Amino acid sequence: MISGVLVIFFVLAGLAVLGAVSLIWQSHPIHSALSLILVMVSLAGLYLLMGAEFIAAVQIIVYGGAVMVLFIFVIMLLNAGVEERTNFSKLATFGGIPLALALGSIIATAIARSSGHLPVATEGALSSTRKLSMLLFSEFVYPFELTSFLILVAILGAIVLAQREN
Amino acid sequence: MVPTNYYLILSAILFGLGVLAFVFKRNIITIFMAIELMLNAVNLAFVAFSQALHKPDGEVFVLFVIVVAAAEAAVGLGIIILTARNRRSLNVERVDLLKL
Repeated sequence: MISGVLVIFFVLAGLAVLGAVSLIWQSHPIHSALSLILVMVSLAGLYLLMGAEFIAAVQIIVYGGAVMVLFIFVIMLLNAGVEERTNFSKLATFGGIPLALALGSIIATAIARSSGHLPVATEGALSSTRKLSMLLFSEFVYPFELTSFLILVAILGAIVLAQREN
Repeated sequence: MVPTNYYLILSAILFGLGVLAFVFKRNIITIFMAIELMLNAVNLAFVAFSQALHKPDGEVFVLFVIVVAAAEAAVGLGIIILTARNRRSLNVERVDLLKL
């Protein structure tokens, strides 16, 4: 018997995979960006399903909102057109594909082996936002302050990079 | 109840698709989007583990990953604008100054 939660999971997971495949499939960058937004919104839905409401909100606001608007802004600023296809090197065909298959099988065996040990995720088991903020401002307060410094440096870097030198 | 494994498998699939996009795409902006896709896949695994182990630590890590991704997007898109202005092209094959 399939529960409703499982159905929602499969719908959202299908949308996420569909968006990721579409990101590869589309040749115009703006279509790829819209596919990526689909992936991010469905991931936010999955976070809600797991009971991580705050992460879901941040995912939509920061990723789906700020970062993707920045991407689309740059695509339109640079007037990016359809990308041109180029041939792949022989090294990529004969070395890359076996290595990719090896990586995939390693990840698959790791997940398959871990199946017995992990407990089932329970939705809303930890009303997360409160505990999250307690943890963020007690145990992780120094990394948290460091991220503000990181953002400051990133702003400076973006300004220095993007300005026209004269 | 959704088993944690399903989330991990979805995370691995999304990460793999991100790697594929990173390797196959030729547009520098799309390659950058592939990196964001991989970061998202890792975030999903973090949240799944955090829920499975009943510890909110994983969600704190996700917040840090999102902050770093936002900073990375700002700086990276600055670099992309600079490259596009200098090379007049967004194709990564054209940016081959360091290539033998």
